[in-house]
Parts: sequence; structure tokens; C-alpha cells
Amino acid sequence: MSEQTQESQDPTVEQGQEPKGSVSRRAVIGWAGAGVALGAAAVGTVAAATRSSDEEAEAALKAVPDIEFYGEHQAGIATPVQDRLHFAAFDVSTTSRDALIRVLKEWTKAAAVMTGGREVGTGATGLAEAPPDDTGEALGLPASRLTLTIGFGPTLFEKDGKDRFGLKAKRPEGLIDLPPFPHDNLDPARSGGDLCVQACADDPQVAVHAIRNLARIGMGVVTVRWSQLGFGKTSSTTPEAQTPRNLMGFKDGTHNVSGKDTPTLDEHIWAAPGDGPEWMTGGSYLVARRIRMHIETWDRTPLSEQEDIFGRTKREGAPFGKQKEHDAPDLAAMPKDAHVRLAHPDSNSGAKLLRRGFSFTDGSDGLGRLEAGLFFLAYQRDTRKAFVPVQRKLAATDALNEYIQHVGSAHFACPPGVRKPGEWWGQSLFG
Amino acid sequence: MPVRRPHLAALLSLAVAGAALTACTEQKKDSSSDGSIQVNASDSACELSKTSFPAGAVNFTVQNKGSKVTEVYVYAAGDKIVAERENIGPGTKATITSEIKAGEYQVACKPGMVGDGIRQKITVTGDGAPAKGDPRLDKAVADYRKYVQEQADATIPLVQKFADAIKAGDLAAAKAAFAPSRVGWERTEPVAESFGDIDPKTDVREDGLEPNQEWTGWHKLEKSLWEAGAITDADKKLADQLVTDLKEWQKVVGTAEITATSMANGAKELLDEVATGKVTGEEDRYSHTDLSDFAGNVEGALKAYELIKPVAAEKDPELAKTLDQEFAALQALLAKYKQGDSYTSYDKVTEAERKTFSDAVNALAEPLSKLAAAVVVK
Repeated sequence: MSEQTQESQDPTVEQGQEPKGSVSRRAVIGWAGAGVALGAAAVGTVAAATRSSDEEAEAALKAVPDIEFYGEHQAGIATPVQDRLHFAAFDVSTTSRDALIRVLKEWTKAAAVMTGGREVGTGATGLAEAPPDDTGEALGLPASRLTLTIGFGPTLFEKDGKDRFGLKAKRPEGLIDLPPFPHDNLDPARSGGDLCVQACADDPQVAVHAIRNLARIGMGVVTVRWSQLGFGKTSSTTPEAQTPRNLMGFKDGTHNVSGKDTPTLDEHIWAAPGDGPEWMTGGSYLVARRIRMHIETWDRTPLSEQEDIFGRTKREGAPFGKQKEHDAPDLAAMPKDAHVRLAHPDSNSGAKLLRRGFSFTDGSDGLGRLEAGLFFLAYQRDTRKAFVPVQRKLAATDALNEYIQHVGSAHFACPPGVRKPGEWWGQSLFG
Repeated sequence: MPVRRPHLAALLSLAVAGAALTACTEQKKDSSSDGSIQVNASDSACELSKTSFPAGAVNFTVQNKGSKVTEVYVYAAGDKIVAERENIGPGTKATITSEIKAGEYQVACKPGMVGDGIRQKITVTGDGAPAKGDPRLDKAVADYRKYVQEQADATIPLVQKFADAIKAGDLAAAKAAFAPSRVGWERTEPVAESFGDIDPKTDVREDGLEPNQEWTGWHKLEKSLWEAGAITDADKKLADQLVTDLKEWQKVVGTAEITATSMANGAKELLDEVATGKVTGEEDRYSHTDLSDFAGNVEGALKAYELIKPVAAEKDPELAKTLDQEFAALQALLAKYKQGDSYTSYDKVTEAERKTFSDAVNALAEPLSKLAAAVVVK
């Protein structure tokens, strides 16, 4: 990401600030290799061969660069979308502002080391009598492009009429309570939250490890309200690449905002000075919706109806009347209630969202139906001008509604990035 | 499911040589030329011929010169039993042989076989410096051992009451006596279940049975009382068996391996019991008296914490502060559900309320998991 390279830190400063004892998880591989090499020292050629294959393995791991944690914007928004997701919404269980700030600081420190492929605290070792600081299941794994992105929900600013943390006056106008949409069937146990953390990585073990350690660090101050695992990204921030498919087998969001398209990001995704409170400048608003798909009924729907519903062909993903998936859609060629036609910016006064959703499958639902769907994540500069009008339109007339239901919903204000070591998540809000 | 641990008999391997040895020592009369230590036990004294001797196999020759049956214990720090001999009648002699390492110990004579006994310090010298622990922690362990024993002692009459009601066929009285009969056990659960052969007999749940294991204990009776609503002859036998098994526990509970760190981790384990068994309603699934067990676990954890808190608070004041707060918060939450002597039936506790309980348990158990390390840190 361009802004992150521009913002890259003086490495000496960064290393100087690193928490003590924060060991590289990859070093584990190095040590294991050293052990093998020593054991085989008598047979020099074997030792050499072992070392070289270790180096190759090490090099292969390093081939995928880590995603910079520090920057003007939070990573995990415009960043190229990873393969896996673990998203968690938290409630703050304390009324102590200090305790909350302490957790946010500890979280930031842990996030910086985990996104760098290192162990939390003093690592997965320590005193025999105590549990280790790091839970250890990511040992030996690379950072896997892990990003951790934090957001603040409306209830952090005011809950049940109470201003628990003295933040009420700082609530952005844009951080609205989302209005009810027709056909919503929202489960409160899968909705809302005072805080959220989005963990994306190419390896699910790495993403789960990150959320698990943050949840543990936060115990007593924050509690997990709900969480969602996701796989198979359903849209990408690299639209020049092939568009991924959702569980209905369709390409959707072909013209998603590109993570490299700075003008569009500035116009539609990043909160600008004057948009709201200054603490949100450089941030973005996140809408999370758990959208259940009626998979079985969809699967017995005729191909022509499926294609009419999306307004695209299934195999190629070409918009109606076009040949290729990236061809500019001719909205008029699609049925009036086609999903693509209704969701397109041209049907919504140019409103654009940066979509970052994932498919989810949580086994079956007890009736033997696949408990599956789309975990929709969308970032935008102003939810009131982007998600809300688009969803109003879709909820009213989208042909897809017969096959989907929105069952969870949440809205978060994601602050700008942590610019350098020593700063912390939410500093601009609490500071 | 109880966690199976090594049988405690192993810990007792140091103790008690049998009667065969007694006969042998008998011939030497009161001679101490073999290096044995003479113990004069009376109703008011516990005198040793020597209070300092070399490490190795040590013989204590006990003469009960009092009017009551007595028993003699050799305790290491924290009242950990190194050797013991019970039932020494008035005017009789007994020998205790034990392998004793260098260190400080106490010999206790207990006329009437009750109480802490009349204590005498001894020093065992020899190779290897005696382990120098923090005397405050030794005291904490000793006090905790006393607490565990008190809980076991207090449990017996309550279990007897429960058993009597069952044997009388009094369903209502048996139901009322069920939860109280478990409290002492729940307060000391990590120690209670450390006797691998007692826990499966008294506190196993139906789905925790091993193949061919007969289901006995509290939860079998719980099922009869609440689900069948009837007391069978077999239940009456089980009630007696429960009393017998718990009396066995009462007898051995003082021999459990206890250290300051195991106390700290035991406190955490009590919260783990709550987090996995009680908060889900799995523990007392027929009677729904889970909150009573829950409270017992929390009380037991608090007791263990309070005993080592002086040391913990000095070494990690922040942690102690957090633990104080979280214990108070969890107890305040429990208090809301207290109804007279009992607690709200757990089937009346909503999912949202259970989440609140779960969050409060996590908030306490997470810092509690750091207590053991805080205690041992230099």
C-alpha cells in the first residue's frame, strides 16, 4: 500500500521500541535447524544440506512480506485482501476509562508484534508455574500477511443513556445506529459491540491466534460479544485480479475499490478533515453484516434465474450483454431487480463502498441446512451516504432477498492508523 | 470430568513401618543405642529424646504415657505429612520409621487424636542444605491444610443428613440436603479430587463413567431425586456408600500434596471448574443447584488466595489489587442470586445472565492464573 510505504518508519526507532523478549516465531525454525545441523556435524555434507534446505525454507517464508502495522491508515482496509478472517466484537465490561486505555495500549503492542510474526510478551515460554504470555499455536508460522484493524461501536460512546467513558461528545455523527431494513432478522447475540477487531491473514491459525491472544489480554475489561470466522474472500481490493466468488457461485463486487486507487480511497473511503470529529480523520466506517444464504433452495434454482438475480453469467461472470467479467456493465441490460444493477454506484448516486467480505460456513444448523453465507464487511467515508442508501434499495427490491437473510449487524468507527511505535489504538479518541 | 491424578499412596510411601518392626525394636527396650528417637507422649506433653539428628532412616519409638489414645505425626513445612502413626493406645508403644531428608520438621502428638497436637520442632541435618522457603508461605500451606481438613470434617454430618433423608424415603428433605452436602467438597475441589479413587465414586456424572464403572455418588442420587422423583432401595445403599467414601476422604485429605504454588493454581482450577461445568448448567443438571457449587468453588478459591495474599501483594501489588476487585465483583454477582440459604435454580438463569457469570469468571480466572508465578518470583 502506497501510504504505508511512504510512512515507513526509521527501522532503528522501531526496533528500539519493540517490547522486550518479543521473539520472531520464525526463529523457532532457525533454532530447530541449528539443532539438526549440530547433531549431524560429524557428517559434514548432511549438515550442509540441512542448513541449505533450512535457508530455502526461511527464504520461502520471507517471500511474502509482512504488512506494515504502522501507517497513516489502519492496515486491513485498503490492504490486499488475505485468504482468511477472524472477526470479533467485544463489549467493554468495566466502567474504568483507565482500564480500557490500558487494554488498548496492550492490544496495540501485541498487534504490532503479531503482525510482524513475533510472539506476544515474553513468548510461549516462561515460568513453569504460570501460563505463558503467548498461547503458542502460531509458533513457526510466518506472519501470513496478518493485519489487525480496530473499530469503535456506537455503544462505546453511549450505552443505555450512560456516557461510561466520557466519550459521548466525541461520537461522530456518522457513527449512526443503523436503521432497520426490511427482511432483517437480526440476532442481538450476533450484532453490535463496543469494539471490534478484524484479523485477516492467509493462514486461519494465525488469524485465530491473534484474536485469541487479544481476547485473553482483554479479559476482565472487555468480553467477546460475538465472533465470526471467514474463508474465501468474496471481494478483493485488487480488482485487476480475478474476482473471487461467493458461496452462490457468483462473482460479485467486480468493480470494488482498488487499494491502490488513492483518489477514490480519499473520496469514498477515508474520513477527511471536517467530515466529523478530528480524531477520525484518516479513519473509515465499517459495516459488518452476517448474511445467511439459503443454500439448498439456491442450489435448486434454475441457472437462468440465478443469472437473472445477479445480472451476470455464472461461469464467466460477465455482466448481461458483455463478454468478460471486467467489462463495464450495461445496467439497462439486466432485469430491474438484479442484484448488480441495484448495488452499482450508478444506481446509487455514485456511492462506493470498499468491500472486504468473506464467506462463512459454521457447519449445519440442526435442520441439516448449511449454516453458511456471506460475512459482509464494507468500509466507507460516510455510512449514511454509502451503505445505508444502497442497502435500503437492495432490501426493498433485490431479487436476491428470496435467498438471503441478514441475521447480524454492526457498525464501527475505525480510527486512523497508529503512526509509530509508542502510539496506541484509540489514542486520537481518548488522548 | 474429574482430572485423574497419581494415587496419593505414593506420597505416603515415606510413612509408617508396620508391626513387624515394632516387635524388633521392642527387644531393645528403651535403649536408644540404635539411634532411635524416644517420644514420650502424654496427655499434656510430647517430649523427644533428641531434637536434632542426621538425615536418613529415622526410627521414632513412641510411648503413650497418657490416658487417651494418641497419634504422632512428623510434619514438613506446610504441615505436609512425612510420617504418621495413629491409634496408639494408653500405655502402649509404637514405632514409626521414615526416610527423612535434611530440613526443619515438627513432631506432633495428638492426645485423643484430635486437633493440631502438641508440637515439637526437630532439625534433621546432613547433606544438601535444607530447602529454605518463605516461612509465610509455609504458614499459608499449613493454614490451608487446616482449612481443607475443616471442610472435610464439616462435610460428613451434612452428607449424613442427606443420606439419612434418603434412607427415610423423605424426598423433600433429601432434596433440601443435597446442595449443602456438597459445599465443603466444592470449596476444596482440587484437593478433594486429587485422591483419584474417591472422586469417581462420589462426584462422577453419568456421562463421565468409564466402561463397566458403576455409577455411584451425589449425581446418581441427584438424578433419582429430581428426575425419577423416587427413592429406591438401591439409592439407600448408595447413600450409605457416599458417606463411607467421604469418610475415607476425610481421613486422607490432610495428606494431600500442597505447596504455595499448588494452592495458587488450585484457586485457578476452582474457577476452571466453574467455567467448564457450572456456568453451562452441566454439573447439577437435574437439581439445577449449580450456583451453590459455584459459590463453593469461589469461596474455596478466595480462601486459598487470601492465605497467600500477604506474599503476593508484596511481590505483585497490581495483581493483588486486580484479584481483590474481581473476587469482590464475582461475589457481588453471586449474592444477587442468593435466596435465603440457597441460590436461584440455574434453569431460571437466562442465557444473558449466564454470559455475565462467564465473563465475571474469566475476569477473575485470567489474573488468577498469574498468581502462582507471582508467589514464586524472587
